[in-house]
Amino acid sequence: MASGAIDRFDNEARQKFESIGHTTVYRGELFRHPVYTRVLHWTVALFFFLALLSGFALYLPALFHWLTPMFGGGPLTRILHPYFGVGFVVVFSLQILNWLHLMLWTPADSRWMRNIGKLFSGEEKVDPPDTGFFNAGQKAEFWVIVLAGIFFVITGIVMWAGAQTFGGSAVAISYLLHDLSAIVIVGTITIHIYLSTIGEPGTLHGMIRGAVTEAWAWTFHPAWYKQVTGRDPVKACEEAQREIESSR
Amino acid sequence: MADRKTLQANEISGHTGEGPGYGMQRNYEVCKLIDTTTCIGCKACEVACVEWNDMPFQPTTFDNTYQTMPKTHWNFWNLIKFNEHQNPDGTIQWLMRKDQCMHCSDPGCLAACPSDGAIVKYSNGIVDFNQENCIGCEYCVSGCPFDIPRFNPMTKKVYKCTLCSDRVGQGLEPACIKACPTGCLKFGSKEDMKFIANERATQLKENFGFQNAGVYDPSSVGGTHVIYVLHDATDPERYGGLPKNPTIPWSYTVWKWLFKPVLGTFAVFGFLGVLAHYVTVGPRAAQPEPPKAGPPLKDSLGNPSAGGPSAGGPSAGGPSAGGPSAGGSQNG
Repeated sequence: MASGAIDRFDNEARQKFESIGHTTVYRGELFRHPVYTRVLHWTVALFFFLALLSGFALYLPALFHWLTPMFGGGPLTRILHPYFGVGFVVVFSLQILNWLHLMLWTPADSRWMRNIGKLFSGEEKVDPPDTGFFNAGQKAEFWVIVLAGIFFVITGIVMWAGAQTFGGSAVAISYLLHDLSAIVIVGTITIHIYLSTIGEPGTLHGMIRGAVTEAWAWTFHPAWYKQVTGRDPVKACEEAQREIESSR
Repeated sequence: MADRKTLQANEISGHTGEGPGYGMQRNYEVCKLIDTTTCIGCKACEVACVEWNDMPFQPTTFDNTYQTMPKTHWNFWNLIKFNEHQNPDGTIQWLMRKDQCMHCSDPGCLAACPSDGAIVKYSNGIVDFNQENCIGCEYCVSGCPFDIPRFNPMTKKVYKCTLCSDRVGQGLEPACIKACPTGCLKFGSKEDMKFIANERATQLKENFGFQNAGVYDPSSVGGTHVIYVLHDATDPERYGGLPKNPTIPWSYTVWKWLFKPVLGTFAVFGFLGVLAHYVTVGPRAAQPEPPKAGPPLKDSLGNPSAGGPSAGGPSAGGPSAGGPSAGGSQNG
């Protein structure tokens, strides 16, 4: 029942956003992210970096004079930081609903995780054939952000309400957990940005224009490629290889 | 204070000896001594504090005690706490303790504060808040072991007792000291005050039968610049929640000395890490990669590449011999 309501809500939102913007898919490309997903992603990213930079300003005294002017000075940074957090949580909650069924863990993901070393070292150039729309690394990242987000919200509320409401020790512990979440999420986001830009070229297009090349699809998400095109990713790759060779 | 010190005449032409007023400047650690045994609860110090610091009227709560209000407030920094303590033998002690900032040598508020210049500890030991630099994060509130800093929701700043740093800077005693009619409040150098306090504690032990009388100057925060003489120094809690062993929360140590460097290091090394991966392993491009200028002549060990000898033609495949097809076959 509940999942039906979520699907209806997501479909409605996707349709509405598709009427605002649009996605052009050229020949040799596949449709990947609808407008709704892209808007959510970049709004989340905006709030994330606002919260991160204002948080860093309060967190590291060495950065206080560097980062607070960006937000209009120390007092305003302190006032705005929780609101950035609220913005992040609200928009990312929509993203959770939007992506929930794509992010569920499968046995294929466990296999992918065991294989991660070969992908990391570049030994294997192509993802395992059962890698779907999202690979296990992306799913892990998603759930890490969800978990860190829960910690951020709980500790953030305690810190926002302050020592008068929750007591000094609760607030003191919250600083620790809030920062622990920040440490985890900063590491996660570093890897995310690296892989989606220069680490695995072509990925960024999927989130900006909404379309990716077929070669990108059969390389990084073979099972998804097979699902949307009906063709075998390995054969498609070899065919493309032959085509390149014969054209030279 | 700074002005007076820098404008202090050290030498004067045609003048023998030291300049007039030389050595008059207070540059030692100051201390307020509160003798709870001679406090009569007249609240003159409360009034003097409100008057000198020009505080607006603060509505109070009546809770069936003589105490002006339950806790200190952002505009009420000096509060005598009234406590009725029952001794084991059934007798009652009516305890009065002037509660205010303790001006710790190792201030928890200062350690917790992230804002440059919002909390200052002067060389004379006074811990002062500069509201113009305060960002209202209230870290100091949970960092204080004595529950002293108070947040003003209107100005979004935190306030507390300044030990009248403005008066002390001009060579005067704090306002509360001036107002005290019994001499229970004293002000001077830390050394002198400790001496007087110990003398008084000895007197209480020898002449008045307070066997546990002593001085409250907790070393767990490096000593304080407000010290108490107590009838029973073994149980300061009975004086309206004076902590026996005040400490800065342990989490602050972890937070300041472990987490803060860790996150900074983590952010830098995370960035360097992905950069190292990009430089050493390199990006993972969509397959098949478009052929480069030609097949590699040597592999990373300097041996002639497998594709090398036959590499007269550019048909030998991708950047590493058989790369894409090898990947493909593993895939199948």
